[in-house]
Amino acid sequence: MLSPVILIPAVLNGLMTGAIYALVALGLTLIYGVLHIINFAHGALLSAAMFAAFFAHAQLGLDPYLAAVFLTPLFFLFGYGLQRFLIGPAAHGEDRNFLLVTLGLAIVIENALLYAFRADTRTINLPYAFSTIEVGSAFLAVPRVIAFVAVVAVTAVLWAIMQWTDTGKAIRAVAKEKLGAELSGIDVAHIYAVTFGLGTACVAVAACLLIPTYYVNPTAGDAFVLIAFTIVVLGGMGSITGALTGGLFVGLVESLSSVFLGQSLGQIGIFVMFIVVLLLRPNGLFGERA
Amino acid sequence: MARRSSTISRRRFLRTTALGTTAAAGLLHAPAVLRAQAPTVKIGVLHPVSGALSYSGQQGRLGATMAIDEINTSGGIKALGGAKIDPMLGDAQSTPDGGNAEVEKMNAAPVCAVVGGYASAICLSATQTAARYDLPYVVDVGVVDSIVTRGLKNTFRFGPGFGVIAKTALENLVAINDQAGKPAKTVVIVHEDSAFGAGLAKLLNAQLPDKGFQVLDTIPHPTPTREFESIVLKIKAANPDLVIPANYYNEYVLLARTMLQQHVRPRAIYSVLGGAASSYKFVKEFPEAAQYIMDCNHWFNPKNPKALALKKQVEDKGQFYTYEVYMNYSVVLLLADAIERAASTDRAKIIDAIASSTFSGHVMPYGPTKFANGQNQGAAPVNTQVQGNDIQVILPETFASAKPVFPMPA
Repeated sequence: MLSPVILIPAVLNGLMTGAIYALVALGLTLIYGVLHIINFAHGALLSAAMFAAFFAHAQLGLDPYLAAVFLTPLFFLFGYGLQRFLIGPAAHGEDRNFLLVTLGLAIVIENALLYAFRADTRTINLPYAFSTIEVGSAFLAVPRVIAFVAVVAVTAVLWAIMQWTDTGKAIRAVAKEKLGAELSGIDVAHIYAVTFGLGTACVAVAACLLIPTYYVNPTAGDAFVLIAFTIVVLGGMGSITGALTGGLFVGLVESLSSVFLGQSLGQIGIFVMFIVVLLLRPNGLFGERA
Repeated sequence: MARRSSTISRRRFLRTTALGTTAAAGLLHAPAVLRAQAPTVKIGVLHPVSGALSYSGQQGRLGATMAIDEINTSGGIKALGGAKIDPMLGDAQSTPDGGNAEVEKMNAAPVCAVVGGYASAICLSATQTAARYDLPYVVDVGVVDSIVTRGLKNTFRFGPGFGVIAKTALENLVAINDQAGKPAKTVVIVHEDSAFGAGLAKLLNAQLPDKGFQVLDTIPHPTPTREFESIVLKIKAANPDLVIPANYYNEYVLLARTMLQQHVRPRAIYSVLGGAASSYKFVKEFPEAAQYIMDCNHWFNPKNPKALALKKQVEDKGQFYTYEVYMNYSVVLLLADAIERAASTDRAKIIDAIASSTFSGHVMPYGPTKFANGQNQGAAPVNTQVQGNDIQVILPETFASAKPVFPMPA
């Protein structure tokens, strides 16, 4: 079983899958880092974005990668609006209210999708979905390679925004010291909404990268978010680098355990790891102290 | 709940309206039939038309409704004064629970019999629910043998079960392999992990070694699975002569395409009840991945003119002539024949009439219809192979339209 013919492709596949996980986790960790809330609606938003990408292809004939160009700003605005006009006002600044509101939102979005599109599992077929790139003994699916590159690029852009732009600095300021940021003239409600928008935009990109090789149904996003929560805890709450490394690592563990334990048991590895990390490093690999 | 019942009532409304229109058109053309208003015979038509199995479910529903339309336009159930069949369409939502809920509703409607189910897991639970109300239930596809071995008096299966299919599949595999000089010795089985796939894998694991094959690995996966790369890597590691998949349509297509993508080329892909292996849809959409795949599965009788006429009708509708279509078509005709002979909508009388059926107006390559403990003893699968852009019957020889190509040309 340990022959390199199997091991190398399994490792590469794992990294490619992990990249998508990382992107979903990135949105989650960003929102947690700044708003200090766990966004339970993340999975539902991912399903919604996948439906958007699906219909962009099915109805308008748009390639998912092209769809990403306009879905990303659209979902940014959607996320911004959600936080600014719904979650923020409804939560009245109380953490437990944030949790309940996003949980409620998840239920509403999922059931709206279920009502509109039923429980059917839908897929799209792209001419290049099964083309491969040969790397040594491994054949890598083109959409996965594209996804991997895109995720690394998005992470770099996001990191640059946080590091060098005024908005990024404001986000970091709010994350560190909300009251201080408010006193120095930063519009906290606006920054909250921008952060939520960025998190939602990450989800839109992830959806467009996923749809060529994955299926969509009203609960398709949940599988990813459960894993993304694991990654956020593993990488450290609020850490961008943590989300990326955590995502890649989880993808790797999942791929290898699928090969060695079987498809049905593949996810066991992830959750065993999750428990171990919680026991040994409760703040995650890259997390600051609580 | 509100969502589901409202959707169903809309569909049923459309359905009833469509039937009404058809019936009205029929009456206009044949005023002689216009006597007192004929009563209707309500039957339940249950399929998983949403969820993971929705494609198969919709195909099944198509076959059933085509048969019902045909019966209704040719005068309905004559023994009941030309009563039209009124189908109550149910959606099992690809789960056993969904199937149960629909059977409860059908019983309350009330219907006089139920056909369908499609997936083994759905059939197992739906027949049991129907049995509580002595409601006759004719299974369309569900192949797990325990569907008919639990002693349920209401449950009938027109098609073949696992036992017969696995036995035929193995005999034919041995025959094909022997004919080619025994190039295949090792096997990997890939199966979906519910009642159908797991049951079949168990049977194959027990019987393959006796036939001189070595099972290198048995790989289960859930339905739906969208990622077959790890599985294909395992196949690659085992490097078998034969790959035997037993799963539903979506997963089968993905497995075949991923194998092609990862350059895994065994000597043959020989499936037993492969969800896509003998589907025109698969052959048309992915001819390269489908090429030379062999399958032991349900198939229509290619020498029956009625089967070919139905094929044309289905294709004229822009649909694929898949096994769900002709099996459901045949099952509805079988039930209608039983109601005709029972001359009643009484459930017990219909059960007796099905049990004594010798129906021959179907489109399947079966022997004489004879039910023993609910199982049709004449039912049998055939072996098919994708050759070029068509699917050919390669065994048994009475129905064969081509010779097997084995091993696959590299």
